[in-house]
Order: sequence, then structure tokens, then C-alpha cells
Amino acid sequence: MLGKTAGGLMWMFRYMERSENIARLVETGQRIALTRPDRAEGEWASVLKTASAYDAYMASHDEITGDQVVDWLLRNKDNSSCVLNCIENARTNARLVRTGLTREVWEAVNECWMTLKDELARKVASKDLPRVLGIIKQRSAFVRGALHGTMLRRDVYDFARLGTFIERADATARLLDVKYYVLLPSAAGVGSPLDNAQWEMILRSVAAEGAFRALHGRTRRPTDIARFLMLDGRLPRSLAFCYAKIGDNLRYLESDYGIRLPSHDLADTICKDLEHTTIETIFETGLHQFLQRFLSQNSQLAAQIERDYRFSQ
Amino acid sequence: MDNDTPFDEMLRPDTSVREAYQAFESWFSSEDPAHLRAKAREAEAVFRLTGITFNVYGKAEAAERLIPFDIVPRIIAAREWTKVSKGIEQRVRALNAFLHDIHHRQEIVRAGILPVDMIARNDAFLQQMIGVEPPGGIYTHIVGVDLVRTGPDQFYVLEDNARTPSGVSYMLENRETMLHMFPELFAKNKVRRVSSYPQNLHSSLAACAPRKCDQDPVVAVLTPGIHNSAYYEHSFLADQMGVELVQGHDLRVVDGRIAMRTTQGYRTIDVLYRRVDDDYLDPMNFRPDSQLGVPGIFDVYRAGGITIANAPGTGVSDDKAIYSYMPEIVEFYTGEKAQLENVPTWRCSDADSLGHVLDNLEDLVVKEVHGSGGYGMLIGPTSSKKEIAEFRKKLQNRPGNYIAQPTLSLSTCPIFAKAGLTPRHVDLRPFVLVSPNGIDITPGGLTRVALKKGSLVVNSSQGGGTKDTWVLEEE
Repeated sequence: MLGKTAGGLMWMFRYMERSENIARLVETGQRIALTRPDRAEGEWASVLKTASAYDAYMASHDEITGDQVVDWLLRNKDNSSCVLNCIENARTNARLVRTGLTREVWEAVNECWMTLKDELARKVASKDLPRVLGIIKQRSAFVRGALHGTMLRRDVYDFARLGTFIERADATARLLDVKYYVLLPSAAGVGSPLDNAQWEMILRSVAAEGAFRALHGRTRRPTDIARFLMLDGRLPRSLAFCYAKIGDNLRYLESDYGIRLPSHDLADTICKDLEHTTIETIFETGLHQFLQRFLSQNSQLAAQIERDYRFSQ
Repeated sequence: MDNDTPFDEMLRPDTSVREAYQAFESWFSSEDPAHLRAKAREAEAVFRLTGITFNVYGKAEAAERLIPFDIVPRIIAAREWTKVSKGIEQRVRALNAFLHDIHHRQEIVRAGILPVDMIARNDAFLQQMIGVEPPGGIYTHIVGVDLVRTGPDQFYVLEDNARTPSGVSYMLENRETMLHMFPELFAKNKVRRVSSYPQNLHSSLAACAPRKCDQDPVVAVLTPGIHNSAYYEHSFLADQMGVELVQGHDLRVVDGRIAMRTTQGYRTIDVLYRRVDDDYLDPMNFRPDSQLGVPGIFDVYRAGGITIANAPGTGVSDDKAIYSYMPEIVEFYTGEKAQLENVPTWRCSDADSLGHVLDNLEDLVVKEVHGSGGYGMLIGPTSSKKEIAEFRKKLQNRPGNYIAQPTLSLSTCPIFAKAGLTPRHVDLRPFVLVSPNGIDITPGGLTRVALKKGSLVVNSSQGGGTKDTWVLEEE
């Protein structure tokens, strides 16, 4: 396959993943705003930071209000990572790599774009917000479903998956980093309503509140939450899960092409770090430092894959 | 060429249904119009979803537009098709011989049949192609011959598209859509298949591999990119052939061959089906500012390292001034009279012809010799006095730039309109593949239809639509 196509596929799925993550963040923000209005402004600020959109938002707004944040994250064209831009970029990349996709995947992306272009053509009224966020998540699921159900398991599929998990690992790590202070062991036992709200936001943002309850019952300890999101290989949005998948897909490429490249070594290193560490060690060395290092390694890996597989000249 | 009563392809003058349309008509009259209307809307949704769009340059809002699709098929009887396809084959054979000749000994000029200016002053003529032997001797691997019909047995060639004929994806998708929406129609009619076109295209291109090819020929499609108006078609054809869709920046010269950058390094391409114009193909040999081409590809081509389809310089034969010589060209190279007629054409460069044209502007169609897409033309009978007066000035200033033809009374085929079936003018572009193994004409082609009542302009950029085109099996 063409190097350009591999790059297009990776970005297509990064953008799809990003749009879904942003929808989840907005959903969480909205829920907190409704249930704990006193915390709203602070939570919206966290949401913006998690989406890496805080600085750009503050540069063009005087205050943080739910309405404006939602609009900024979903459809404001000045925000390059708003959902509408992500979906448009995903589709543009899909057009570019059209020959690598099945008709089902292409149509799922195209329909996703057609639907959301209409839904996000104007400001979303707050009564419509749950419905629109639902559509974003659902459309994203359709694309994923078409990918799983119809694509040949070969290099094309591997690059699509690599894009998905690199983006997802980035999003989860960012979410944790913005909230790292409420996850520190020193926050344990505090259990104030304030902390509960923060923890709930974290779990909801990765669609893991149900999963966490199933594993831990009523007890919510920040250490458990941090371990769950970072090191539990069963949770599809945890760092460990993402890296297990990245490792798999790179191994498939290695055996398919018969060559091991620098990106494989880098991914193995990150994978092993996650496997061999404990949450206690992470807290000892510093959660924030750990996450910062992880984020930087994750983007190094993306850049290395781009070089190894000749996405550009 | 009687202007008043256009030939109706479905109905005889006594309104009885012609044989080819009988099965369709009995099906149609038993269907509920409301149901058919719903189906027509469904077809549009399918096209939109599939992304069968064409881009309109310079219009950000309507960047991707659909070509309207009409659900009534255009039906051609087996006997009619046999005649037409024989004529096309002859014409395409002549085109290739002509293109070879003008780049070599120019016998046709020596014989006094074609003035040398027609070649030397033709914008599409490439000096660089003189003496070049394209692999397999083929210049026009893919040709679209635009036909119009005026009577039961009267077909005319309106123009030849030997440069880069587009629209074949519509031919294929229109058929898929019809099969999807009205499967029962295909049980009632024996329609010849068009779906093998992509495989035929692939084999035809592979059969033209260059001298230096030492593997199972690798074919790729070269596109200018996603902003090109025909990008959908480029990706569609690459997908259907199972080959890579490349852009100039994916390619480079490696060891005297053209190679594409893959995830596993550079891989040699043998045959490039390019949808990039000659001028932009190679900044080292043609337009130096081109970002769309591959530096040095023309040198590789000349050395037998790659096949470029269609060959550079084939646009010469698309020129409307050359068109006017086609009957002579066909006869010169095939030794036979042309089976398909040309529309009678006045060359305005000729003083007598110009006089005739100026005297009869309101009855004629005047076309720019290098123009395309229906722009820069005058359709006398439907133009206002003011439009005619303005065009007259243009014509007088640069007569050599124009040719004129009588307004043909194009045949009609019904479309499904609000009030039911109603006739509209149509043309036909059959698609032809040429390789050393022979000439292959897909039974059918792209029917374009002028959706506006009375209009003769079928171009998609000016309100034309398309139809599925059926060629029936022999009984």
C-alpha cells in the first residue's frame, strides 16, 4: 500500500476517535453542570483543558459558560479540533484513501459527515444536546462496526487501528493529567462531594462508570480509579489496553512485511513499562510526571510510525 | 435533420411503443407513480451516500454536487448497437493510426488531405512526442465517442474524446443503482452487462506494458487529487481495478523506472492510467510550475520505462477543427468510407464558410475549436438577438477559432417527470478500450439527458442528467 494511504488511514481513525472522545467530554461536562451547578465553571475549564482547547478558547472568549464551551467544542470553526472539523477531516482522509476502504466503511464515514454537517450547521440548543451527542457516538460506532465487519485483516486495517489507539491513549492520559490532583493518594478518604464529582467525571468521560462499579462495587478510591484507567488491560480505554493493541497491530505489520522497525522497539518499551509498573510506583515517582512522559512517548511513537512506513517524502 | 419532429426513441409517431421499450413500458404502466417517485428519491440518497459527486470549481458551498439521475433507462436494440459499435471500432482504429502518423511521417499531410497547420498550430500537439513509439503502438487506450441520434438508423459522432474521457463511473454506478432499485426489470429484459468494464480496463492497460516491464504489469491510476472534479471517478476506477490511486508526490524516478512510495519502500509501476493533463505531467518536460506531475516521467516514457495512458499529445484529435476532417481521416487510414457520420461542419477559417455561417447564425451551433463543457458556444435557435450579435463579433474577430454545425434535432428518450413520462433530448458516450489485443466496446455507455424541456445542452455542468443505458441481447 502507498505510504500516503497508511497516513491517511491513521489520521482518519484518529479524527473519528477524537470526535467521539470530545462528545463524551461534553456529555460529562453537561451532566455535572446540571447536577452540580456550583462546580460547572471549573468542570468546563477541565473539559477544555482535556480537549487541549483551553488556551484557544480563552483567547477568543471573556468567560467560561456552558453554552459557549459546548459550541466551541462541537462546531466552532475556529477550533480546529471541534467535532465538526474532526468529522470533516476524517472524511477528507477517507476520500483520500477511498481505495483502501470497503464500501461499507466509506459509506459509514460519509453518512456520519452528512448527518453531523446538518446537525451542527447551527448552534445546538441545550434540549437537543443529548440527542446530538448520542448521534456523534453512534455514528462513530457505525464506522468502527463497518471496519470490524468488512475489512480484510491486513496492513490497511493495522494502520486504521494504530490511529485509533494512539489517539485514545492520548485522550485518556490527558484526561487523567488534567485531574491528576484528585487521584493522588492524599485525596483518598476525603470522599467529599467535590471529589466524588471529579471522579465521576473521569469515569464517565471514558464510558467506564458501569465497568468500575462492576469491579469495585460501591467503594470509590482514587487509587483504584487511576489503576483502572491506566493499567487495567480489560478496559478498552485504558492506557494498558491501548498499548496492548498497538503492540499487536505493529506485530502483525512486522510479520506481514517481514521487517522489524524502530517503532516496534519504541512501542515494546512503552508496553513493558505499563505491564511491569504498579500504581504505587507511579504515585511514588509522581503521577503527573508519569503522564507527561507517557504523552510525549505516545506522540514520539506516532512520529516514528510515520517515518518507518513512509507516510510522506 | 428536420427540426420540428425529433426522433422519439420510445414511441413511434403513432404513439405505439417501439419494440425495445415494450417490456419496460408494460412494467412502468403497472407501477404506482408515487412508489416510483419514492424510488427516485431513494436513488438520489444512494448516490449521495456513495459519494458519486463531481466537484464544482470555485464554489465552496456546493463543492460536491450530484448529477441528477433519471430512473427511465435508455434502451438500445441489439441490431442498432451492432451497427453503432462497428462504426466506433473503425473510427477508433483510424484515430490511433492518425495519431501515430502525425508524430512520424505525417503521410496525411504529404497526401494533401490535412493542412499542416491543423497539427503544427494545434495547442494539444506535443513536439516532444515526435518519433516516440508508445508501448504496443497504442495512443488512445481509453476513448469516449460522443454520439447523437436523429432517426431510426441515423447516428452522428458529435465529438471524439481521446484525451481523457470521463463519465465511465456513472455508467457503472447508474447500472448498479437500477439493479438495486428495480431488480424485476432485469428479469423482464435481457440487458447486456457493463460490470466487467473495470476488469477489461485493467487487462487492456496491462497488455500495453512497456518494454522494460519484467513482472506481472503493475497498473496505477494518477489523479490530481481530491479537489479535482472527477476525483470520485479516479478513486472508483482504482478501487474497482484493485490498483493504487497515486498522486504526483507519491511517485519518483528510480533506476530509470517510475516507482511509488509504499509502506515498504519504492515499488515499480509499469502502466500509469493518468487523469492529469499533458501540461502538468512532468515539470521537467512540460509546465515547470506543475505540482501534479512527476519530474522526469516523460524521459522514462521515451526510454520505454513506463506506459502512459492515454499517450501524451492525444488531445490533438479532440480538437473540433480536426474533427471536421474525420471522414477523410477515417478513409485515409482504413481505406473504407466512415461508417459513422460526422455532423456537417463549416470551418470558419475558410472565407466562404464564414460567410455562410454569419448569414445563418440563428440556425447554427457555433463552437470554439478548443472549447469543452458546452462553454464558449452559441446555439443559434435558442439564443436571443443580443446573444447572437455579441457572438457575431467574437466570430468576426477570430474566425479561425470556430466551427459551425447545423442544429441537429437530437433524439429524445422519456424521463420520469412530475406529470409522468415526458421526452427529453439525449446523447450517448460509449466507452472504448484499445490494446494490442484488440478494441473492446462496452455495450452501453453514458447517456446524458437535457432535463429542461426543449434544451439541447446535456452537459452536467449545465443542468444535464444521466440515465442507465441498456443494450439488449440479441433475441
